[in-house]
Amino acid sequence: MNAALEVSGLSVTQGGREVLRQIGFELPRGVFCGLIGANGAGKTTLLRAILGLLPSQGAIRVGGRIGYVPQKLQLEPDMPVRARDFVALGLDGHRFGLALPSRSRTQDVDAALHAAEAEGFANQRVGQLSGGQQQRVLIAYALVRSPDLLLLDEPLANLDIKAASEIVALLKRLCATRKVSVLLSAHDINLLPAMDRILYLADGKALCGTVQDVVRTEVLSRLYGYHIDVIRVHGRILVVAGGNGREHDHDPVHVSAIP
Amino acid sequence: MTMTRYMSVPFPDVLAFFQSGPVQVALVLSGAAAIICGTLGLFTVLRGQAFAGHALADVSSSGGAGGLLLGVSPLLGFLLSGAAGVGVLELLQSRRVAARDEAAGIMLSAGLGVTALLLHFCLTGHGANGAAQAVMFGEMFSAPPGTALWACGLAGLCLLTLVVIARPLLLASLDREMALVSGVPVRLLEVVFLLLMALGVTLAAMTVGAILATSLLIAPAAAALRLARGALMAALLAVALGLAACWGGVGLAYASYGWTPGRTWPASFFIVALLLLFYTLAALGRRT
Amino acid sequence: MSYLVEIWLAASLVALAAGAVGYVVVLRRAAFAAHALPMAAFPGAAASSLFGFSLPAGLAGFALGGAALLTLVQRSARRDSATGLLLAGFLALGALCLSLSGHYAGSVYGLLFGQVFALGPEDLPVLGLSGLCLPILLWLGLRPLVLSAMAPDLMRVQGGQPRLAELAFLALLALAAGFAVPVTGALLVFSLMLGPGATASRFCKRLETGLLFAMVIALGLVWVALGLTYMTNWPVGFFTGTGSALIYLLARLKTV
Ligand SMILES: Nc1ncnc2c1ncn2[C@@H]1O[C@H](COP(=O)(O)OP(=O)(O)O)[C@@H](O)[C@H]1O
Ligand SMILES: [Mg+2]
Repeated sequence: MNAALEVSGLSVTQGGREVLRQIGFELPRGVFCGLIGANGAGKTTLLRAILGLLPSQGAIRVGGRIGYVPQKLQLEPDMPVRARDFVALGLDGHRFGLALPSRSRTQDVDAALHAAEAEGFANQRVGQLSGGQQQRVLIAYALVRSPDLLLLDEPLANLDIKAASEIVALLKRLCATRKVSVLLSAHDINLLPAMDRILYLADGKALCGTVQDVVRTEVLSRLYGYHIDVIRVHGRILVVAGGNGREHDHDPVHVSAIP
Repeated sequence: MTMTRYMSVPFPDVLAFFQSGPVQVALVLSGAAAIICGTLGLFTVLRGQAFAGHALADVSSSGGAGGLLLGVSPLLGFLLSGAAGVGVLELLQSRRVAARDEAAGIMLSAGLGVTALLLHFCLTGHGANGAAQAVMFGEMFSAPPGTALWACGLAGLCLLTLVVIARPLLLASLDREMALVSGVPVRLLEVVFLLLMALGVTLAAMTVGAILATSLLIAPAAAALRLARGALMAALLAVALGLAACWGGVGLAYASYGWTPGRTWPASFFIVALLLLFYTLAALGRRT
Repeated sequence: MSYLVEIWLAASLVALAAGAVGYVVVLRRAAFAAHALPMAAFPGAAASSLFGFSLPAGLAGFALGGAALLTLVQRSARRDSATGLLLAGFLALGALCLSLSGHYAGSVYGLLFGQVFALGPEDLPVLGLSGLCLPILLWLGLRPLVLSAMAPDLMRVQGGQPRLAELAFLALLALAAGFAVPVTGALLVFSLMLGPGATASRFCKRLETGLLFAMVIALGLVWVALGLTYMTNWPVGFFTGTGSALIYLLARLKTV
């Protein structure tokens, strides 16, 4: 199988409502794909369906192992688990029995921590790390079994701009060096142009395309139900939200520039 | 002739039931407990504080035992130790739910430890053989008549306070941050609510005993929340279910006198059994 | 073996099991369940005196039944309410059994608050089995038990079964609680679990050392309590209950 993920005819019902209707798309290997949509559009639902955590109809084919970074994970500061031990749980935490310290096990954990650039705080309690550090540890957790597909559910939601762009850069490097496909859900339009592909959800339908196809004034405005301008100047993309389509009506409330 | 004989059997029984002094006290006491616990229970269940309520009830047992030991009214003892429990909870208080449970559990350990000691003194020094049974599983048939009056007064006070704080407390229970932002003194409300809860479980402890008191706090409210739509309807239903269980339990305990000669069926068993029955029926009724 | 040594041994075995289970209780945030399950053992003890079957069978049987019922309500929306009601139901059932057996007044205190001096040599094999096996089983299952509470979804994605871990945990908890009831009483089993567990989780950086540390604290607590009981003739439960709270308060001074 060439693609890392193939979805066709996928329908998911949640609480009596069909949240996803007949969705189909394909994700090649080594591609960084952004999953975008308004709150409640069904991003979490789609990711959980791919993981097999929700009952669904249709076909989902995954070419290899999946790593997952969930949307909400409450890590309490008094949990006596170091970041390193937590990542090791990703390797064999689901099995009963002793975990004998072996060299390959330590190597796997170290490699994952290195790839997620989380070595610096690997010996601190995971509950006492900052939001951005915890996010790296969670990514290391997802990487430790060398997945072919990485699913991340709004990993940037609680991070400041610097931490968020660092995580995005890290994920991009992972795509290139490890040939991992990344599907990352977000509702921050800031980050769109950093991605290879965009998969967007609205009204239970999905549309998949390149950034050039999707990051356009008409498409984004339709997606969010709110006027959004996309301006290309000197090879850079500017996403401007605010106003109502009439020029100079309001000051922009949200401006971002991506090289 | 046959008619009068037919009717003459149950009537004296029912009359004797209502004319018996201990039964009257039990009916009033348990009624007050049911009314106050039904309404307080709604908030307890909504706020997820069942464990705190249970811990307060358990801790109040140390006061009940102390009251027995010193010969003062057990109601006073229950009340004082309940208030002390609120103080400890407030000191150990924490934002995180997990740590909240931990603090309640620790308070409960210490309180029950003290109860163990006081009851030990009761048993060894005073030869009060039934002390443990009375404090832990309740003995409302032997409560002094004055207690019933006090219970009614406290229940009235409690109900009044609850009516005053109900609305902001509901807001704070649904979304703490929002309540803070809109100027509700959340911290104060939380302490007042804990105090009310201590009062409520104290009355319940007089009725069904300290370690069973939570059932009266939780079961009617949880059942009502499943069945009723509005808040007022839920409160009325919770009170009605609590009253039905308490009075039904008292009646059954009275009736059970002759079932097993020489062995009694405790009233608290009947009350808790009825409460669990109501809760289970409500849970099943809602699901289908 | 002298009588006092037997009691000391029995209480130590109970402490080992309770300390180990208590640590996992704190990690899984299951304080209320840990308080409720010993109550499930209470009617077991009462029923064994009413119907005349063996005490360990009554304790273990009822505690495991309680664990099964508790697993059923774990998924309900208001599980703390359901736990509290189950607890009250068990206690009321125990009160009825005691009442009908005619030993009500006499046995209530012992079953609720412990009667460590009523232990005999015939109790040692069962206590020994639970005191040694339960910590080992918990040690073997430590990582799935923690992961399933911390991140059940992650565990499912890896191919594990959080529900199975939940059931295993409650069964182990039920056994530890059930066998501790004759020593500390149904109400105070909990104090041997929570104080040591919470303290160990604050001080230790790693799961395995925390488990050992909690067992050591519980053991120390029981030894001190037994010594003080021997000197003052006051109930053991008083010393374990207040001692556990004291340890916890000292641990709270260390901020995590
Ligand atoms: N457990 C659930 N029960 C009922 N409805 C749900 C449940 N989980 C999600 N939904 C509904 O499914 C829709 C999609 O939710 P979700 O996938 O979480 O959105 P997103 O992650 O894009 O914000 C929402 O409308 C939500 O109300
Ligand atoms: Mg989501």
